[in-house]
Amino acid sequence: MAQLLQHLVNTLVLGGTYALLGIGLTLIFGIMNVVNFTHGVLYTFGAYMMFIVVHQLGVNFFLALPLAIVAGWLLGAAIEILLLRPLRGSDIDTTMLVMIGAWIAMQSGALWIWGGVAKSVNNPFPDAPLVLGPVSVSWLRLFVLAAAALLIVIAYLLINRTKLGRAMRATFQDHDTAALMGVNVSWVYTSTFAIGSSLAAAAGALLGPVYVIFPQMGDLAAVKAFAIVILGGLGNITGAVIGGFILALAEELGAGYVSSGYRDAMGFLIIIAVLIFKPTGLFARAERVG
Amino acid sequence: MNRIATLICLAVFISVPLWLTDPYLLNALITTGIFIIGAMSLNLLLGFTGQLSLGHIAFFGIGAYVSALTSLGFDVPIVGDFHIVHVPWPPIAGFVLAILISGFCGYLVGRLSFSVRGAYFVIVTISFAEVVRLVALNWVELTQGPLALTNIPSITIGLPGLGYLVLKTKLQNYYLVLAVAALSYLLISRLVHSHYGRAMRGLMENETLAVAVGIDVTKTLTLAAIISAGIAGAAGSLYAHYIRIIDPDVFAFISTVTMVIMVVSGGKGSLAGPVIGGVIFGLLPVFLRPIMPPEAQWITYGGVLIAILFVLPRGIVPTLAPLLGLSRKPGGAAAKVAPRAAEEHA
Amino acid sequence: MAEPILNVDHVGMQFGGLTALSDLNFSVGEGEILSLIGPNGAGKTTAFNLMTGFLTPTKGEVKFRGVALKGLKSHEIADLGLIRTFQRTSVFPRDTVFDNVLIGLHRQGKLGLLEAILGLPRARASERAQRERAAELVRWIGLEARADDLAGSLSYGEQRLVGVALALAAQPKMLLLDEPVSGMNASETHTFVQLIRTIRDRGVTILLVEHDMPMVMEVSDRIVVLNYGRIIAEGTPDVIRNDPAVIEAYLGQSGKKAAHA
Repeated sequence: MAQLLQHLVNTLVLGGTYALLGIGLTLIFGIMNVVNFTHGVLYTFGAYMMFIVVHQLGVNFFLALPLAIVAGWLLGAAIEILLLRPLRGSDIDTTMLVMIGAWIAMQSGALWIWGGVAKSVNNPFPDAPLVLGPVSVSWLRLFVLAAAALLIVIAYLLINRTKLGRAMRATFQDHDTAALMGVNVSWVYTSTFAIGSSLAAAAGALLGPVYVIFPQMGDLAAVKAFAIVILGGLGNITGAVIGGFILALAEELGAGYVSSGYRDAMGFLIIIAVLIFKPTGLFARAERVG
Repeated sequence: MNRIATLICLAVFISVPLWLTDPYLLNALITTGIFIIGAMSLNLLLGFTGQLSLGHIAFFGIGAYVSALTSLGFDVPIVGDFHIVHVPWPPIAGFVLAILISGFCGYLVGRLSFSVRGAYFVIVTISFAEVVRLVALNWVELTQGPLALTNIPSITIGLPGLGYLVLKTKLQNYYLVLAVAALSYLLISRLVHSHYGRAMRGLMENETLAVAVGIDVTKTLTLAAIISAGIAGAAGSLYAHYIRIIDPDVFAFISTVTMVIMVVSGGKGSLAGPVIGGVIFGLLPVFLRPIMPPEAQWITYGGVLIAILFVLPRGIVPTLAPLLGLSRKPGGAAAKVAPRAAEEHA
Repeated sequence: MAEPILNVDHVGMQFGGLTALSDLNFSVGEGEILSLIGPNGAGKTTAFNLMTGFLTPTKGEVKFRGVALKGLKSHEIADLGLIRTFQRTSVFPRDTVFDNVLIGLHRQGKLGLLEAILGLPRARASERAQRERAAELVRWIGLEARADDLAGSLSYGEQRLVGVALALAAQPKMLLLDEPVSGMNASETHTFVQLIRTIRDRGVTILLVEHDMPMVMEVSDRIVVLNYGRIIAEGTPDVIRNDPAVIEAYLGQSGKKAAHA
């Protein structure tokens, strides 16, 4: 029982960052119809930004987080403008392959610049965990959960309460109609990709200090993000949040009760099972299919 | 004209070991050849049915493991004292089993995942490959996990009346790979020019119409998946018996990407595309290695992939073939149909 | 009327709470040219999709030569000899006209996989026969000069012809044509009418869904008129021309129709 409770607490912490990853990818996927293979690299990038800002620039940990997010936003905008904008109207396979090319190049770039040796980011929290009866959770992880929750709320407000969000939702429904209604679709695409990228960078910046940082860390993160998006349904923000927590739960239980070697297989198994049995995702609304 | 060009290419490939004796280059050619076979099989799916399988390396890796385990033997505990024991069989049996089992996996993946298309199909195939990789990594009793399967025997061919020939040297392996590649090429060529291939093309171009004239989507796509996976399995088997050591890294996603790059750069949907793209991208590391560190090589790889998609979106062969076709004089009786034939082969 | 080849038996179709077709009941005789007409929104497209198995009716059933279409896949329906053409995407655009017809011949060329791959004499003979048949069809439809051009590069009217040739290649017993002459000029339409007659004379039953009233009146043996999801009239062109309900339906919608013309 105590073990189960501990798993549930871990799920909560992990699920928050997974949700961030998922929201970013589902926005890009849903609105732009781009399978974004650079999502994992952005996650890696966010983590390295923390490392650079905290260790090399000597800036405060809490200030480093927004800086990493802004850096992710800028990199995302740059990728969109340089690589995706010229390919507007190409088929999904072409953009997918271009994104794969960008991912390989950027990941190798990270390896070249920062080397393959794993790095860790110091954090200002006490080492002793918070112990509540049978469960214990580190202060850092609690902070990660709180920050992730805050970012999810911000993303939600951005999409549902702002002019940009309205334009994004209109573009999601039908980009031709949105364009006719005066929405600057090109601007929506760039913003969407930048926002999605900044969320991936945020997830990396939050989880980087929890684990260690290395150039390939984003690969698994990307796959998990895909699992979450498929679980939650294309372009469905709430679905992505729920999907993030479900994946975290599946991983925790899989690692705890099956074998830790198969922890990372959970995401893939979920993808395969969902696509075979319910290809529209668990929470997809009927009109979003297609 | 096309047949002649193909035969000339084949003759050039056959003659390579006569003028190229550098073992390092020959080795690069052999592994490139193995990956070209994989790329040709990928092209059958990507180029002729339009399905982008980004888990293609799974079939290659399954072929490698099946072939290695068949020829090494294994003793795997299943439940309690119940073990599955397999005594070593000749490598050639492993080769055949690799094709069959990979083909069967292709059938399963095809059957289960062709109901989802486009981006979803891509993600399912990636997931399949990763699950297989994780199994190879964690089922240590069978696969030795990260410790790798070592001492995989070389392929042995029994010659009637002459005893056995062990294909150990680079030269022998070069010709083995070339023979399998040529056979795969012929098989794919025959297939895509039959009514099966036309059904695939029809589905790729206009599925609704294809179905309306009586083409069975599931059957056609599954057939392509089976054959494609089987050929990839054959390539994996060759790889295992040539390199003679395999570990779960054989399932690395980057290897699928390498095959995709070969297909897309050479020209998807063209028979010669994966061969041309494969030769270029298979040998590119050989030339890049002396001048840049591995990270920079990969950056170049990614950059070149992007550049090709921007500059030559149709690939090298479909872009250049019409130009070459025009510059040559079509011969004899084929003159009238030559332009179309060129288009078909391109 | 000849023996029916297609029976539409009290078919109804609902989408959510909306009734698209309430009670469709008619049959098409063997060797007949029957047209289905009606103002916009009358349910023609839905009816067409039901008859080709693209939609399954919520009520009643469609039978082709005695076989219920319910639950059959599109390619299985094609195997029965019921072939449709499409309004917009009627060709395989990146293949030549000749290859388009060759793809249409799919149902004729069924060979064993091994035979095809090994290139056995039987496979070669079958391939040769199919190519001859394709060439013949291309000639017959009058597109010989364009046989080696990509279908996507053809004019709209020519693409419609390729679509018909493709459909004929599948050896239909019955052909369903979805607005085949929309977008054609008068002379192209006239040629097309001749073509439809010739196809019928080869023993193929034809069902036409069409807007072009003069063309429908000229070519049809019998006409079924739909409005608001139900049949309001049925009979020969002469009967339909003078049917007050039909006139009312079209006049009542004339403004809307003009907007679509």
